[in-house]
Amino acid sequence: MPRRAHVQTTLNGEEIDFLCEPRQSLLEVLRDELNLTGTKEGCNNGNCGACSVLMDGRVVNSCCVLGVEAEGAAVTTIEGVAEGETLHPLQQCFLEEAALQCGVCTPGFIVAAKALLDSEPDADEGRVRHWLAGNLCRCTGYDKIVRAVLKASEMEEVTA
Amino acid sequence: MKEIDYLAPSSLGEAYAALSNGKTSAFLAGGTDIIVQLREGRKQVDQLIDVKHIPELISYAWTGDGGLEIGASVPFAEIYEDDEIVRRLPAVIDCATLVGGIQIQSRACFGGNIGNSGPAADTVPALIALGATLTLGSADGTRDLPLEDFFTGPGQNVLGPGELIIKVNIPPQPANSGSFFHRFIPRNEMDIAVVNVGARIDLDADGERIEGARISVGAVAPTPLYVAAAGDALAGETPTEDTFARAADIAAEAATPITDMRGSIAQRVHLTRVLTYRALNRALERAREA
Repeated sequence: MPRRAHVQTTLNGEEIDFLCEPRQSLLEVLRDELNLTGTKEGCNNGNCGACSVLMDGRVVNSCCVLGVEAEGAAVTTIEGVAEGETLHPLQQCFLEEAALQCGVCTPGFIVAAKALLDSEPDADEGRVRHWLAGNLCRCTGYDKIVRAVLKASEMEEVTA
Repeated sequence: MKEIDYLAPSSLGEAYAALSNGKTSAFLAGGTDIIVQLREGRKQVDQLIDVKHIPELISYAWTGDGGLEIGASVPFAEIYEDDEIVRRLPAVIDCATLVGGIQIQSRACFGGNIGNSGPAADTVPALIALGATLTLGSADGTRDLPLEDFFTGPGQNVLGPGELIIKVNIPPQPANSGSFFHRFIPRNEMDIAVVNVGARIDLDADGERIEGARISVGAVAPTPLYVAAAGDALAGETPTEDTFARAADIAAEAATPITDMRGSIAQRVHLTRVLTYRALNRALERAREA
């Protein structure tokens, strides 16, 4: 049995600790150790953004972060985006605008878009498209996703 | 990924000790190259040394004479969110904002892009054009060298076994100087350069004549190139279409690219000429605004 490291972190606002091997990515730890399977594995090499999570407020590819690097960090996954039963405006707008089809890229898009709207609530279409260049979708053609993000940005809960 | 040890030294001394413990090592900064390389078996080491807890590597500061020293592990996002760097060193922002997407820029850093030593590394031509040097450290002390002297081949550099990159030093820029970084890729974002070019132009006090210029091109040789002859050809000249075209020709002559999935030899030589010409024009605009 390989040696496992003890990691303390804040995950979706809750202080937790877990054990993982140093070679395990944060993505693997989230899905396989912590059973948070909302974060998806796409390319597993930093190109597609499906595994996007927030780490200390910045959006990162969790496939390119080691689980041990979460020590002392604050991590937010798609499971931490809604407030209980109330969907985040981005989630609501993705539904209303039909901004997803197969859904594999969706958690990554929502987490990445949340990072944008948290810091730039007035982002325009060009900014949204540029920001989301690191997230790939093979179904929608992106227009619906961009519309959903722009619609969410106009909702009071985000701009307040 | 094979089993691996993880160390997170909190000082340079601890890092040097980790480097000499008899195990093979790689550095972990942004992780956007090394984690993928280890996972895909392209690289194998006994231990990863996380260099994001060493104060010298995770901070940046202006020097008293107007230079900028950037710790090797400072993520690009931290650099391009700094309004003063945006204002004073726009060529640094040109390259920092187009390495990968936002997720990559949250973590990736100059030390990683340089240490990975890819021939197409996007930060390198910009930094060479700015005259940047590196500070390398080991248990024996530190040494500085011009960035263009760091690379020895694709993925290869002069870093010794016990050595790490501490910081990138961008010297104070001349008063009437402007720099620009240009990259060609077939799409708008998220790709590796077919060719990339960094250029700096220093004008005289009247803004009429070129006192000096620095031109660097990437992805057209086993290492990023500093084409001193192209910049020297501009010294003493007035900035015109003809003088810029001549410098661009010299840069294209220095290119010795290969044909691969991203582009052919002919396309890369052509792009070297076109991008150099355009980068010089944009650098000139910035010099005149300075």
